[in-house]
Amino acid sequence: MTGGFETGISLTQALAFLAVGGVLLGIRWMSSPRTAVWGNYLSAFCMAVFITLTLVEQNLLAAGWVWGALAAGAVFGLALGLRVRMIQMPEMVALLNGFGGGASACVAWLELRALEGPGEPAVRLAAGLGIVVGAATLSGSLVAAAKLARLMPQRPLRWSGMPAANSVLALLLLAGLVCTALLPDSGLRCVSTCLGLVALAAGTLVVLRVGGADMPIAISLLNSLSGVAAAFAGFALRHFVLVAVGGIVGASGLVLTQIMCRAMNRHIGDILAGRTTTAAPPESAPPPEAPPPAAEPRARPGLPEAVAALRNAAKVILVPGYGMAVAQAQQQVKALFDRLEEAGKEVCFAIHPVAGRMPGHMHVLLAEVQIPYERFIEMEAANPLFPSADVAVAIGANDVINPAANTAEGTPIYGMPILDVAAARQIVICNLDAAPGYAGVPNPLYTREDTMLLFGDARQTVGDLVAGLAASA
Amino acid sequence: MSGWILIGILCVSTLVGTKLLKEVPRLLHTPLMSGMNALSGITVLGAMVVLGHAMEAGHRAVAAAAAVLAAVNVVGGFVVTGRMLRMFSRKER
Repeated sequence: MTGGFETGISLTQALAFLAVGGVLLGIRWMSSPRTAVWGNYLSAFCMAVFITLTLVEQNLLAAGWVWGALAAGAVFGLALGLRVRMIQMPEMVALLNGFGGGASACVAWLELRALEGPGEPAVRLAAGLGIVVGAATLSGSLVAAAKLARLMPQRPLRWSGMPAANSVLALLLLAGLVCTALLPDSGLRCVSTCLGLVALAAGTLVVLRVGGADMPIAISLLNSLSGVAAAFAGFALRHFVLVAVGGIVGASGLVLTQIMCRAMNRHIGDILAGRTTTAAPPESAPPPEAPPPAAEPRARPGLPEAVAALRNAAKVILVPGYGMAVAQAQQQVKALFDRLEEAGKEVCFAIHPVAGRMPGHMHVLLAEVQIPYERFIEMEAANPLFPSADVAVAIGANDVINPAANTAEGTPIYGMPILDVAAARQIVICNLDAAPGYAGVPNPLYTREDTMLLFGDARQTVGDLVAGLAASA
Repeated sequence: MSGWILIGILCVSTLVGTKLLKEVPRLLHTPLMSGMNALSGITVLGAMVVLGHAMEAGHRAVAAAAAVLAAVNVVGGFVVTGRMLRMFSRKER
C-alpha cells in the first residue's frame, strides 16, 4: 500500500485521504435534493472512519476517558439533534458553531501547554491563532444564539467606549500572538490563557453590535470561523485531516456569507464594524410616498375582496416572510396552497434569500409542512413572474418586498434586491400591523389604494382566507 | 507532516470545496450549514489525540471538554441535517 509513495504515507494516512475525498463527494451530492441525503450519510461515514483511524493509530482503544467523552457528547448531540424544532435551526447552528470553535480553541490551547516541545514559531503561531479564532467563535456564537433565541435584545448593543475597547482588544490579541510565536516555553502558558480570554471578550463585543436583521450573515461567518479554528488546530497538531476538513468548512461559511451579503446588499466589513441596520433616521420618517389624506380612516379593501381576488385568479404567487414563521402559520399556508391548487390555479412560492433567519431557512420551514419544493422559486427567477401573476400574497413579509429599497436612499434597506410584488396585478398583504419591518423603513405598498390589507396574526388571517375560499367554493 | 504539505492540502481542499459548495442550491443551504457544523466537529480527532497524551488532571479535563463539545457537533450536526434532508427527499405526490 505504501510502496508507491516516496514520502512514506502510512496505511492510516492513505485511508484518511480517501475519507477526505469522501467528504468532498458528500458535498457534491448536496447539489441535488435527491442525492443530498446520501451525501449526509457519506459524510457521517467518513467521520466515523476518521474517528476509528485515530482510535487505532493513537492506541486509544482502551482509553476509558476518550470513550466516555465521545459517548457523553454523542448522547447530548443526539438529544439536541432529534428535539430541535425547524424554527430553531438558526439558534442550533449558531450554538454548534460555538461548540466547534470552543473545542478547537481547547485543543490548540492544550497543544501549546501540555504537549512536550511546542516547536517552531510557525507552529506556535498556528496554535495561537487556533485559540483566538476558536474562542472568539465560541463567545460570538453564544451571543448570536442568545439573540436568535430572543434571550437578548435584537437591536445592536453598543456604548460610547466600545470602539476604544475593541481597539484595545485587537492590539492585545496582536501582541499575544507575537508573544506566542517568540516567547520561551515558560511564558507560553500564561500567554495562551490570556489570549483565549481576550478572544472571548472580542468575540462577544463584535457580535453584540450586530443587529437581528444581519444575523444570517453573522452566523454564516461564524460557521466559517468554526472551520478555520479547526484548521489552525490542525496546523498546530500537524494533523492533515483537521486542516483539510477545517478548510472545507471555512470555505463553505465564506461562500454562504458572500451569498447573503449580496442578497442584502451589505458589506461584511460594515457589519463587523457595527455599521449595522438600525431604525431609519428620524428625519426620513414621513416617506414622500405617503400622502397625508391616506392617514384618514377609510374603508380599505380587506378579507372579502382578498377572497374574491384569489377566487378569480389563475396565477397566484405566495411570498412568505419571517413573520409567517414567527406566527407559526406554516400549516395555514399549506392549507391555502392546497386549496388554491385544488381549484386548479397555478401557485408558487417566491422566496427571498433572507426570508428566514439563516440561509435557506424558509425552504426548510415550508418543506416541513410538506409543500413540494418544486414550487419554491428563488428571487431572481420569481421577479419576472410577478407581472403575469393575478395575485401576490405576502405573508409576514415586509422588508423583502419593500419597494422603498429601490428608492429610499440612506435607509438600511436601500439597494437591497427585493421581490417585485408591486408588479403583480393585485396584492394581498397579511401582516401583524402596518408598522415598518425589521429595517424600520415604511412600506409604500401599505398605502397603495388597491392593496388588500389583512392585519393580525398570520395564522388567523391566512386561516380566514382559507375559510373564505372554502365557503365560496 | 511538514508545514508546506499541510498548506498545500489546505489550499486544495478549500479550492475544491469552494467549487463544489457553489453548486449547492439555496434550497439546501440550511442543511448545508448544519452539515458543516458536523464537519467542524472534526476537531474531535485533535481532542482525542491530546486527551490520550494529557498527563495533568486539569489538562485532561480540558481535553475531555473539547472531545465532548466536538462530539456534540458531529452527532447533533449529522442527525439534524439528516432530518432536514429527508423532508426534501420525500416523494412528491
